[in-house]
Formats: sequence, structure tokens, C-alpha cells
Amino acid sequence: MSGVSVTKGAEDAVPATGDLVVLSNVNKHFGALHVLQDIDLTIARGEVVVVIGPSGSGKSTLCRTINRLESIDSGAITIDGKPLPEEGRELARLRADVGMVFQSFNLFAHKTVLENVTLGQIKVRKTDKANAEEKARALLDRVGVGSQADKYPAQLSGGQQQRVAIARALAMGPKVMLFDEPTSALDPEMINEVLEVMQQLARDGMTMVVVTHEMGFARSAANRVVFMADGRIVEQATPDEFFSNPRSDRAKDFLSKILHH
Amino acid sequence: MFEFLDSGQYDLLGAFWVTVQLTLYSAVGSLLWGTLLAGMRVSPVPLMRAFGTAYVNLVRNTPLTVVLVACSLGLGQTLQITLGGGDFESIGFRLAVLGLIAYTSTFVCEALRSGINTVPVGQAEAARALGLSFFQVLRLIVLPQAFRSVVAPLANVLIALTKNTTVAAAIGVAEASALMKTMIENESSALFAVFAVFAFGFVVLTLPTGLLLGWVSKRVAVKR
Repeated sequence: MSGVSVTKGAEDAVPATGDLVVLSNVNKHFGALHVLQDIDLTIARGEVVVVIGPSGSGKSTLCRTINRLESIDSGAITIDGKPLPEEGRELARLRADVGMVFQSFNLFAHKTVLENVTLGQIKVRKTDKANAEEKARALLDRVGVGSQADKYPAQLSGGQQQRVAIARALAMGPKVMLFDEPTSALDPEMINEVLEVMQQLARDGMTMVVVTHEMGFARSAANRVVFMADGRIVEQATPDEFFSNPRSDRAKDFLSKILHH
Repeated sequence: MFEFLDSGQYDLLGAFWVTVQLTLYSAVGSLLWGTLLAGMRVSPVPLMRAFGTAYVNLVRNTPLTVVLVACSLGLGQTLQITLGGGDFESIGFRLAVLGLIAYTSTFVCEALRSGINTVPVGQAEAARALGLSFFQVLRLIVLPQAFRSVVAPLANVLIALTKNTTVAAAIGVAEASALMKTMIENESSALFAVFAVFAFGFVVLTLPTGLLLGWVSKRVAVKR
């Protein structure tokens, strides 16, 4: 199942130039639960990979191991050719290059929207305040919440908060963006405003790993769909291939449950 | 009934001023040391966690009188640690502040640690994901939110500290309760008046503290 090469669709503007994220033979346990089993996954530069699967299949955990918010028991993860450091300053430096968007937004509650987006630039990238604010405002405009810059996160809707969170991650100039179920905590009418931002990002050539239940997004924005179940990657294919002609019984079963109602 | 106050024999304001100074210096010191202790208790380094836990449990469970007498007799007179020397009065004052900081910081630490537990784990995760170091995460994200949620408990600690300064009389610091002891001996006919004066003095110090910090607590609370 490892290293399945997938031809990218004609609509993709950015060609893949080498592997950006490589997971090889990754295993992880939560106590007795073997949550990631022999995971091999290669993500090329500019590629958008959507990870889907039933709850408890390990897809969020997989996403979180890529910037080591979850440690792994065995195997190796490299980002841009460099192995993931264990702890300390090296790990912090690597995390700065990997943007992450969480299900529950996790905006810093005691800081304004603008401060949320400038904090990493100032404290990690050592950008001066004026430049950081300029970049932050540009990014907030880009995700459509420029007018909310001086509010606190609690004053924003969920959709707005999640778009700020995307801007916060983009402000670091990441090589790859991880999305851990970015729309799962949102009211239905706010899901699209977040997905549109993500789709734009995908069109701009950002390398993305997206854990989601939004099959529409997977169809329209993904270069590749990775289907996980019970801690394993069961199947990976282009969205067209996966949704119209899933090979494994597990995937067929999953799709029949979510697509027919 | 309160004639003794007019006799000019007692420096009541002076004595309470010493109480205020003891309180302020100790409050600032225990806030700093208590924050460091809390940082140790949540740190990823096992040795620091062990030190923090051992310190807090040892000192918190020791009577303050023992801590202060140990500072005065143990550090001051036996080991000749006088924190800069000077006369008996100022050495006693500084040793009392040291003892009060050592003791009060354990309560600050534990209040703060409970505040740290109110900060959702996602806040620290988001900060780590941006590439902030452990100390940056603690200093910029976790502690500011933790402090805001424990202003009211810290007000309790500050009020307790204000009253605990009276123990410094045991090592000869001329604060309010030391003067009270003198007045009780001299003014035994007006015993209850003396008690009333000192009780009132402490209420004047602590009641506004509680009210002010209660108001601050509401103002700075983090909205989620």
C-alpha cells in the first residue's frame, strides 16, 4: 500500500517537485490500542491529500504525528528531507514550518484576532511588529475577516474563528498545512466559508493534509484520497477513482453509509 | 476608652506601616517564586517537577512560626546569613520577608497550578504548533490565562499573608501585633479597646484588597 503514485488531475496548476512529508512504517499505541499500524505515506510538494475514514480509525492521530503533537512508537517521519526531531528547539523550529488547524480552532483566548496572527511571526520568526501586523492584516483580509482584527476570539462566530486560525497558521509561511477536522465543530451554514478558504489555498499550490468528513471537499480539492480504518491505510486513490470505484470492502461499506441518504 | 491612643506613647501608624511593608515585599516575592514553582511543577523535566512537588509539600505543611524562627535563629544567628547586614531590626525584617515568601509562595504555586488546569489543552497545543518553546508557551499563553482565572484565590492568599505577617513578631519585628502585645501589657484596663483597634486596623488593610481584587477578577476573566 506504500508509495502509491497517483497521477494528478489536469486542473492542478502546481506540479509536484519531490516528497515533502514522508512517513515510513509508523506505529503508535494508546495503551493496548494499536492506533497507527505500519503507516507508510508520502506527500509530494504541492499535493493535497485528504484523509477520510470512520471515527477511531486513527486519522486525527496520523495528522498530529506529522508535527509531533503525538509521539510515535516506531518508524520514521521526515519533513522536507529532515527527520522529525525528538524535543526541544529543533522540534520547535520544525513545527514553525508546519501549519496546523484544529477542530476546536484553539485561538488564544486572551489575545485579539490580530495578536493571534502576529504572535508566531514576532516570537518565532522574529519579524518586527509593524511588518507582522501588515502581513497579519493582509492574511485576515484574504480569509475574509479583516474587519474583525481587533476583536477577541469569543466575539467571533465559529466559521470566523476557524478562518482566523487558518490565517494564524499561514502567517508562519508554512511548507505544509495540516487540517485536523477543521469543519467538524462548525454549524452547517459556516462550513462552506471555511472550505472555500481551504479550496483557494489548494488552488494556490499549498501542500495540505486534510482530515475531514467533507466528501465534497475531498472530491473537488484533493489530489489523493487516503482511506483509513482501524489504524491502517486501507486504500489510496484519486478522488474520482475512490468515490466511483472503491476497491476495498471496508471503503465500499464506509461510502455506502455516508453517501446514501 | 480609647484615651491610650492620644497619649503619644504608641506609634500605631508606624507599626501598621511595618505590617504593610512586610505584606507588600512578601506578596511580590511570593508571586515571583510561586510562579517559578508552578512552572517547575508543570515542566516536562522530571527533576524540576520533583523539586517543585517536594518543596511545596514540605513548606506548605510546616507551621509558619517554625519557618520564621528557622529563618531568624537558623539562617540569621547560626549561619550568619543577614541578607545585607545592618541593625538587628532590619535583619529581622528581611529574614521575616524571606520566611513569608518561602511559605506563601507554596499557596501561590498551588492556586496558579489550579489555574493552569483551567486553560484548555488546545491552547498550549496551538502555541506549540506555531513553534513556540516550552517557556514561551508558558509565559505567553498558559500563565496569562491561568493568572486571570485565579485572581480571586490569589486575593485569599494575599489576605492570609497580611494576617500572617503578625507571626513576624515572634522574631522581633516591630509590626502591628508586636505593638499590640506591648499595649496589652500597659493598658490592661482597656483590653478590648486594644483588640478592637488592631482588628479594625487589619480589616482596613484586607477588606479593600478583597473588594478590589474581586472586581479585577471579573474584569480580566478570559471569555471562551
